[in-house]
Amino acid sequence: MIAHAIFFYVFSIIAVVSAVMVTVSKNTVHSVFFLILDFISISCLFIMIGAEFLGMIMLIVYVGAVAVLFLFVVMMLNVAQQKNQWFISKENSNHIPIGLLISVIIFFELIIVIGGWKYKPDLFDQGNLSIVNDVSNTHSLGMVLYTDYIHIFQISGMILLIAMIGAIVLTFRQREGVKKQSYLKQISRERAEGVEVVEVASNRGVKIDD
Amino acid sequence: MEYLDLIFQETYKILFLLVPVLVSVAMIVWLDRRVWAFVQKRQGPNVVGPFGLLQSLADALKYIFKEIIIPASSNKIIFILAPIITMTLALIAWAVIPFGVGQVLADINVGILYIFAVSSLGVYGIIMGGWASNSKYPFLGSIRSAAQMVSYEVSIGIIIINVLLCVGSLNLSDIVLAQKDMWFVIPLFPMFIIFFISALAETNRPPFDLPEAEAELVAGYQTEYSGMMYAMFWLGEYANILLMCALGSILFLGGWLSPIELYPFNLIPGALWLIFKILFLFILFALVKAIVPRYRYDQLMRLGWKIFLPLSLTYVVLTASYLFYFNLLPTN
Repeated sequence: MIAHAIFFYVFSIIAVVSAVMVTVSKNTVHSVFFLILDFISISCLFIMIGAEFLGMIMLIVYVGAVAVLFLFVVMMLNVAQQKNQWFISKENSNHIPIGLLISVIIFFELIIVIGGWKYKPDLFDQGNLSIVNDVSNTHSLGMVLYTDYIHIFQISGMILLIAMIGAIVLTFRQREGVKKQSYLKQISRERAEGVEVVEVASNRGVKIDD
Repeated sequence: MEYLDLIFQETYKILFLLVPVLVSVAMIVWLDRRVWAFVQKRQGPNVVGPFGLLQSLADALKYIFKEIIIPASSNKIIFILAPIITMTLALIAWAVIPFGVGQVLADINVGILYIFAVSSLGVYGIIMGGWASNSKYPFLGSIRSAAQMVSYEVSIGIIIINVLLCVGSLNLSDIVLAQKDMWFVIPLFPMFIIFFISALAETNRPPFDLPEAEAELVAGYQTEYSGMMYAMFWLGEYANILLMCALGSILFLGGWLSPIELYPFNLIPGALWLIFKILFLFILFALVKAIVPRYRYDQLMRLGWKIFLPLSLTYVVLTASYLFYFNLLPTN
């Protein structure tokens, strides 16, 4: 039990400190790395409370895929320079008031939501916590998701699909003057069309049309 | 006192697993070079020790005594952290690989997800190394490699779903035991081929070794590394290859199970069977390296997203409908 507590405190301290470091650190790439550390320690916390499936999915989805895309964007766009400009230069700093306004609004929204939260009346009733040991985590999650809430699950899937199609439509454009490679053409190229034997008259050379 | 005992026991178990893995990584490097050489009608490393078996040891000694150079304009902490992360991630995944009934370090319920998560974290070692070097070639190499690993992880994930549909459990031991009657390589043969090719791409092996394409990028993300740090990248890479071979043999080739449950075969212990299967897959890896020319980058992406993803998704639908129609869905 003591080891459990020690691990809990270690992981939660790492989570909180790295969450602070995400916003504090000057280098944007460093803040993404701190974000990744945060994700990892939170997934460790998930595993510690026995939600191993959630923890692993957190690692796979957020750390393995989403954070990689973050890193890509941050590394390629050179956001670090721009961030420094916002904080140092006097002229172009109108982003900060807007950002503050939005964060204050989000803060109040969170307060309203959490303040108005009502727990299930029998939440702490021991009898209601039906933890069955021989049904694994994954199993029970699947039962709830695919049996009890299948319609909501499918609707959210449709919404995500529509969002994906929207993003593709927004970014799709026909580009002119791009040489596209046809794999079929490349593979089916024969010797006869690729190479030509030319009789070269001496001292005159040969003209190749290209 | 009891607590210390537990810690000692666990450390002993971990060492008992890790030391063989590290030794076999060294041996497998030698095997790789040897197979590669034989395909090209050369001898390969054959001088140090019998058959050149100690070549990797000599190489390791050379790396240890070389100077570690850290570029002046690099990001030092991340630069040093990158090979450590690669190496660690390559080794911790071995915790859930079962070598027999109950012969596993951590018999967790979500074993396959754990391996998948750890191998998807492997991208970070490469990205960090490439970015922290603060140099053009390493950065390009690491970006290429990250895109490649993320795309091939998708198809590997869907192939794993195929297998899980037939098993009904995420536990690796259960996956092996479900193949008692028939190895999954028979009903899921196309998936086995796709898994093999995706594993090649996932571990940056030729013909998909674009991150370190020496003709274009010097050595990719490893360009600025030297001495022991380079060796750690190298060891991590080979440990990852071994892990992928182990995963392939557990998912498709029946793990520790012997091919036929008959007298001379079931005398051989299960762990040996698993090692045979890993070796078989690894020799295939080595042969592919020697035989196939390198892919172009756009061909690689096309193969991952436009061919493997739809194929494996279709096979998921096929498998699921077959199992459902014939009422073969596993229930436990």
